Amino acid sequence: MANALRSIFHPQVRGYADVNRDSMRLLTKPGKGYLALLGTAVALVGLMVFAELYQIAIGLGASGLTNPVGWGTFITTFVFWVGIGHAGTLISAILFLFRAGWRQSIYRFAEAMTVFAVLTAGLFPIIHIGRPWFFYWLLPLPSQRHIWPNFRSPLLWDVFAVTTYLTVSSVFFYVGLIPDIAAARDATTVPWRKKVYTILALGWRGTDREWKHFSRAYLFLAALATPLVLSVHSVVSWDFAVSIVPGWHTTIFAPYFVAGAILSGVAMVVTLMVPVRKVFHLEAYFTELHFDRLAKLLLLTSCIVGYAYGMEYFMAWYSGELYERDVFLDRVTGDYWWAGWSMITFNAIIPQLLWIPKIRRNLNAFFIISIIVNIGMWYERFVIIVPSLAHSYEPWKFMNYHMSWTEASILMGSFGWFFMWFLLFLRFLPGLSIAEIKEVLPPPEKHHYDPAEDEALKLVEELPTGYKEYERR
Amino acid sequence: MRKSRSGVLGVFAHLDTTTDAIRRLRSAGYDQLTVYSPTLRHEIEEALESSESPVRIFTLVGAFTGTGAGAALAIWSSLNWPLIVGGKEIVSLPAFSVIMFEVTILLGALATVAGLFINARLPRIGRPEALYHPSFTAGNFGVFAHVPRDRYDAVRNILTESGSEEVLVEQS
Repeated sequence: MANALRSIFHPQVRGYADVNRDSMRLLTKPGKGYLALLGTAVALVGLMVFAELYQIAIGLGASGLTNPVGWGTFITTFVFWVGIGHAGTLISAILFLFRAGWRQSIYRFAEAMTVFAVLTAGLFPIIHIGRPWFFYWLLPLPSQRHIWPNFRSPLLWDVFAVTTYLTVSSVFFYVGLIPDIAAARDATTVPWRKKVYTILALGWRGTDREWKHFSRAYLFLAALATPLVLSVHSVVSWDFAVSIVPGWHTTIFAPYFVAGAILSGVAMVVTLMVPVRKVFHLEAYFTELHFDRLAKLLLLTSCIVGYAYGMEYFMAWYSGELYERDVFLDRVTGDYWWAGWSMITFNAIIPQLLWIPKIRRNLNAFFIISIIVNIGMWYERFVIIVPSLAHSYEPWKFMNYHMSWTEASILMGSFGWFFMWFLLFLRFLPGLSIAEIKEVLPPPEKHHYDPAEDEALKLVEELPTGYKEYERR
Repeated sequence: MRKSRSGVLGVFAHLDTTTDAIRRLRSAGYDQLTVYSPTLRHEIEEALESSESPVRIFTLVGAFTGTGAGAALAIWSSLNWPLIVGGKEIVSLPAFSVIMFEVTILLGALATVAGLFINARLPRIGRPEALYHPSFTAGNFGVFAHVPRDRYDAVRNILTESGSEEVLVEQS
């Protein structure tokens, strides 16, 4: 009963049953490699926990933070992880609103990555405050002396932005998962899995009533997540831009940070997708077309980031502002020249290789470029934060920052934490969006439909609803 | 309106036969249908001529409640301890707009999910509203007609004629 029509996104997928089979396969085959990776991730988390306990016992003096550099690795890594999350929401929400059919097969990974990246990012302000048990002081809770947080402070805006982002992206992730968990519930034969999926699927059965409200709710969640994701990194950038530190106090920061966030996030999506595709044999779902479009997205954001780098230097020179000019000169010629040049090379120059279609379609090359961008984007945040603080205004207070072993351990541990969640997700929840991939497959039809004979098709085609999109192609 | 639990379920392997069955049943006066599909298909919504979902009202009300709540929280708590910081107004609306925006999105999203759960009757605990077949999440479509026992044969004929692969009857 093979259907003659195939989706342009997944030409190798024959029908609905294939999608279920391949998605379920992710949940049933844990290889030795998987366990080794998970073990490494958990070990890194252990290292982070140890370093954090040590830091709690000793105090923040265990880190390299001191005057004038009061923000270092922790805040750098916080901004890095918040940024990583952004591509997930871009793919899941913004591309959904644009009806980009190629998003369907990769969005679940991307959205999972968002949730776990924000979960990772959220650790860092708590670690950074030094006395993590007082983290609730960040929240607007009534206290004995009626003192409330300062709502005029960008740091508090950030608390609202990041917690809202974590909540909304988790909700969006879960709502999208419900139909697929129901599919897993119906397919699994393992008793404990069946029980867990039955609870998580909330009794979803795919009725017309459920789909009707689901499609609307999903659309509105996407429509709410879109401005949210743009706001989150803007607010993060204002943590810097609203202060008067040279190198931070610029109006370009919000769009510059959002573009950088999407650049780093797309790079992380590729870093995750390439191995997952290979290990789980998902070639039919992550096709050349998907990587080609991701490469273009990466290239676009890399160009925007490159433009922002150039514009920062131009404004530092053109404004005639002495301190601003000095800080920017210091970034590429001072003690942190290596970080400054790494950021420019890794984020703005190396991704330009993706203009060449051969490199774009070569997964090994693309994978290496994505890792380089990941490193480059961590450096970008480091370069913005540390050299600016180490070299601002008065020469008598210039002082360099050195990362301590606790900070390095917590940085490495954050990768372990992120990958631990991601690996567990792959094994326990449907990593391919079963229901949404089916949306871009031609539906099974008994009476084969010939678009050439359809007079009404011309009209139907023009509707922007994605309806009968597959025939047109 | 509460649908009766008794009825007949047709399992379909194809979308066009499913929509055909829906149209035939509806023209024969059987309007109480529950249609299962493995994915969202607008063809089914069209065949059912279903009305607009009220989830959008939840979203709108939730979002505006959020705007108000964000403003109220920031303004009230600033007035509650009127401390001038950085020479700014006690009620600094440009700064508070960020809080208002974030709470708008937060409550808008949560209200949307509430709207989904209330309208789609999730989570559904206990017996489902109609007979179900596990193949509906895999690849099959299903049409369940909520009808009394004396109409079983008539409905079964329509389902079979439309191309149903299998017809099941609710025994209870």
